[in-house]
Amino acid sequence: MSYKLIGKNFTPPDVMAKVTGKAKYSEDFRADGMLFCKLLLSPMPHGRVLNIDTSEALKMPGVAGILTADDVPPIPKPATPILTNEPLYVGDPILALAAESEELAAEAIEKIKIDLEPLPFTVDPLESLYPDGPNARSDGNSAGGYGKSGFIDTVKWTARDFAAVKEGELPMGQHKYEWSYGDIETGFNKAKLTLDESFITASTAHHCLESRSAMAYWQNGKCFLHGSVQSQSFAVPYVARYIGIKPEDLVFIAEYCGGGFGSKGVAYPIMAIPAYMSKKTSRPVMIRITRSEEYFLGTARPGFQGRLKIGFSDDGRVTAVDLYIVQENGPYSGGSDYLSAADAISLVYTPENMRFRGIPVQTNTPPRGAQRGPGQNQIACIIEPILDKAAKELGIDRMTIRKINAPDNHTKYGQKQGPVTSAYLTDAIERGAEEFNWQEKKLLSGKRNGSKVIGIGIGQAYHSAGASGYDGLVRITPDGKLHIHTGVGNLGTYSYSATSRVAAEILNYDWENCVIERGDSRKHLPWNFGQFGSNTTFTMSRTNYVAAMDARNKLLEIAAMDLGGTIDEYELKDEKVIHKSDSTRQLSYAAIAQRAIELGNKFDGHEAPEDINDMTKRSVAGLAGTGLIGVAKDNLEKNGTPPALVVGFMQIELDLETGKHEILDYVAVADCGTVVHPMGLSQQIKGGAVMGIGMAALERHVYDPQNGLPANVGLLDSKLPTFLDVPAHMSAFAVDKPDPQNPVGARGIGEPVQGAAAAALLGAISDALGGHYFNRTPVVADMVINAASGRPQSHKPLQVNTF
Amino acid sequence: MSSNVNFYDPGADSALEELEEGTGAARTGLGRNGTSRRAFIKGIIAAGATVSAGFMLHGLAGCTREVPVRGAVERLISLNVNGTVRRVDVLPQETLAMTLRYKLGLTGTKLGCDRSECGACTVLLDDVTTYACSTLTHTVRKSQITTIEGLQAANGDLHPVQQAFIDELGPQCGFCTPGQIMSTIALLKSSPRPTREEAQMALSGNLCRCGAYDHYLNSVMRAAGEA
Repeated sequence: MSYKLIGKNFTPPDVMAKVTGKAKYSEDFRADGMLFCKLLLSPMPHGRVLNIDTSEALKMPGVAGILTADDVPPIPKPATPILTNEPLYVGDPILALAAESEELAAEAIEKIKIDLEPLPFTVDPLESLYPDGPNARSDGNSAGGYGKSGFIDTVKWTARDFAAVKEGELPMGQHKYEWSYGDIETGFNKAKLTLDESFITASTAHHCLESRSAMAYWQNGKCFLHGSVQSQSFAVPYVARYIGIKPEDLVFIAEYCGGGFGSKGVAYPIMAIPAYMSKKTSRPVMIRITRSEEYFLGTARPGFQGRLKIGFSDDGRVTAVDLYIVQENGPYSGGSDYLSAADAISLVYTPENMRFRGIPVQTNTPPRGAQRGPGQNQIACIIEPILDKAAKELGIDRMTIRKINAPDNHTKYGQKQGPVTSAYLTDAIERGAEEFNWQEKKLLSGKRNGSKVIGIGIGQAYHSAGASGYDGLVRITPDGKLHIHTGVGNLGTYSYSATSRVAAEILNYDWENCVIERGDSRKHLPWNFGQFGSNTTFTMSRTNYVAAMDARNKLLEIAAMDLGGTIDEYELKDEKVIHKSDSTRQLSYAAIAQRAIELGNKFDGHEAPEDINDMTKRSVAGLAGTGLIGVAKDNLEKNGTPPALVVGFMQIELDLETGKHEILDYVAVADCGTVVHPMGLSQQIKGGAVMGIGMAALERHVYDPQNGLPANVGLLDSKLPTFLDVPAHMSAFAVDKPDPQNPVGARGIGEPVQGAAAAALLGAISDALGGHYFNRTPVVADMVINAASGRPQSHKPLQVNTF
Repeated sequence: MSSNVNFYDPGADSALEELEEGTGAARTGLGRNGTSRRAFIKGIIAAGATVSAGFMLHGLAGCTREVPVRGAVERLISLNVNGTVRRVDVLPQETLAMTLRYKLGLTGTKLGCDRSECGACTVLLDDVTTYACSTLTHTVRKSQITTIEGLQAANGDLHPVQQAFIDELGPQCGFCTPGQIMSTIALLKSSPRPTREEAQMALSGNLCRCGAYDHYLNSVMRAAGEA
């Protein structure tokens, strides 16, 4: 299908502010009389506050107020509290203090005396599962499971469970979640090759470059909050709940978000502090979150201690998978990565039979939450090199074994074995192999140049890519402009604007005449899903489509009403409604917008559809009488999971003396339906690859098991990828086949772009080492040197948080 | 990570002297990034900071703690920012990033780490890149300070580097973008036609968690020769 706007590059409207420094992030806002707030964080991994003496601090002139856990509403356990009297990790916020200046607040915090009783703690899930192992919390060691959430219980494995395995094998005691399809015994009996691998993936901090600062004040009973959040409308009810107000009493401003990667998906507790402090002091309050605080509060990707048994027929088909995951879940609710990991395997490798078992275990380390491809990317890092190992043993080409097992439009997905909307991973693999020149490049494997060896890797990854049921809202004003109201948020992917162009496309608008309304709940925004989970492109192109179709119908209706005939006799062209056979009968959009206001009712928002969300209804009411309103709920057909799939091909040179790798080439192909914004897609594929390089070979939580102290809080010690860790050139391509369940054929892509690159790098490192598989992320330089020289690794096989 | 930082040690006594004389490390021309962390901290301590026993509550591996200051007094100084002389009250231990952001309203200079790790606060002192988070304001009284807000022409025309960053869709979330642009401008001043690899090296002190490096490099290469 040919489009005027879809699939074309454009300049998203917020780029100008980003290059001129005018883009305002949460810490860039000021208010008269603004106080500064500082936090007092726990110095120990688990403790109980016995006494807080704030008297010296409160005596200091300029100190305006203190909040402790007793001053803010409790959050139902095991979710992360706003402040706590039982800190569960080093860095858990105990209290907040506001003062006239930040220096004063910091000085006053020093005067506070806290009496803390140390309690047992752990930074290793397996340690907590030992018969007499420590619990991370006084009420248990495992949050969620059994298909439920919002509870905590205690699980201990038996000494027999631990004794039943060989050194380096993951014991598999009582689990809390299980599903299966087919019969794995039959599958393994059918297999020619069965691999049984225990594995570790490290927890990794999000390290958003913008720390989660926030500023709040109250005016006329409403709370005004400037926050750093990926999402806009979807965050409002959750932020309001933290503050203890109704959603309509929150003015929420989140026009720019300096990186979230899942950690700022919706609302998070610390955002409520300036709101409560402002209420207490009757002054605006800014909380500047420091870099170290961002590490503690910014959540982290859960690590896995797992075991994957996988069977292959002699032609490379996966006959059975038996997956077991112990998830390091942090001290609070944690994530569902372990479940997503299993779903991902079921889709990407379409095993004929599969069983999954898993258990989340709490540790006294920062709270866990979704990080780009939560679960899917960890498991990609593990299973992709194992696939290489199988291919090698079976004598099958590594690209071919992936095609043999790749999903298609008829593949069933996950625990429920539901349908997918479409899947073209094979096309992506073939395109990637061609662009990368796989057939020739693979011959370079193991080629030596002094201490350096060539390694070639392939990686695949998946995430679901879209939702339905949210609202779209557009407005044509009497000046002829199209206002696209979008409540999705601005994570930095530009998908808020790329999907807004769907409305312009449907209404045949010149993009210059379109205005995107966003970033502030006062802008009458519709109820939209959050900007996370690779969903925006699919979900928002649907909402903008249905809103534009409603506007289109109203334009035609008014034209037919005023110029005679039926709506079928008219068409939309050049921002006019024109009679198909008599072009003298025409009305401009501007004129019709004016008529819509005169006609009222549904035309100008004085009436709204019944099935739209209350937030959208309030927005429509707020806009009533200002133009022609197009508003609708997305009731379009959706009867499957839209998948986002990526394959990456990488060539590296691995130095066996230093353990360092250099990436010489990276080619990635995305299967994300119709490409709506080529440059934005290129940004996602390549940017995700950079994060994948960090995940595969650089980044990890490092904790001292003796004291529960973190060893790499800052950015430098965390080794985030820099310009020097990435290739000077990367290539991005797309399959570009439309998805049948999206009006413009589009699906999301933001998450698997990371997992594919991470897996490709891990595969390339193993390839350069002649087939040494680590079953661990990250693979850092000293591990490479040890492997290359045949020395044992410095860590134990199942050890986590390693130095 | 901060490979565009060439640390230099001004010696045992010169930090205080610099503070008094307003001759910041950047003005010596010895390092692209001016003040060393050691000199920076020494400068703060000389200016009257206290280090209390509460250190363990905030001071954790790999990250700086906030240094509370007792009895510090602001002093009115003149700064040349973006071609304009601005009069501003500055604390002895105040960093340039804080002065720009909180005293002069120039919030385009971002604070990502506040300890010379990420480069989001990169500004130019006499055309040389400096981390504003780790530069004491008192040390730059004789410098021409350029921030992201100082690049647009009076008629609103963008600097060619800014335009290139738009044309190549350089930014993602945009938080590191001002710093990336400032480093690019400094690079192109000293090396108008860099290779892609030279650009990688020059910008390697500017972290981007979105990983927008490839598009940033496209932007630098587009701007090369035009800036």
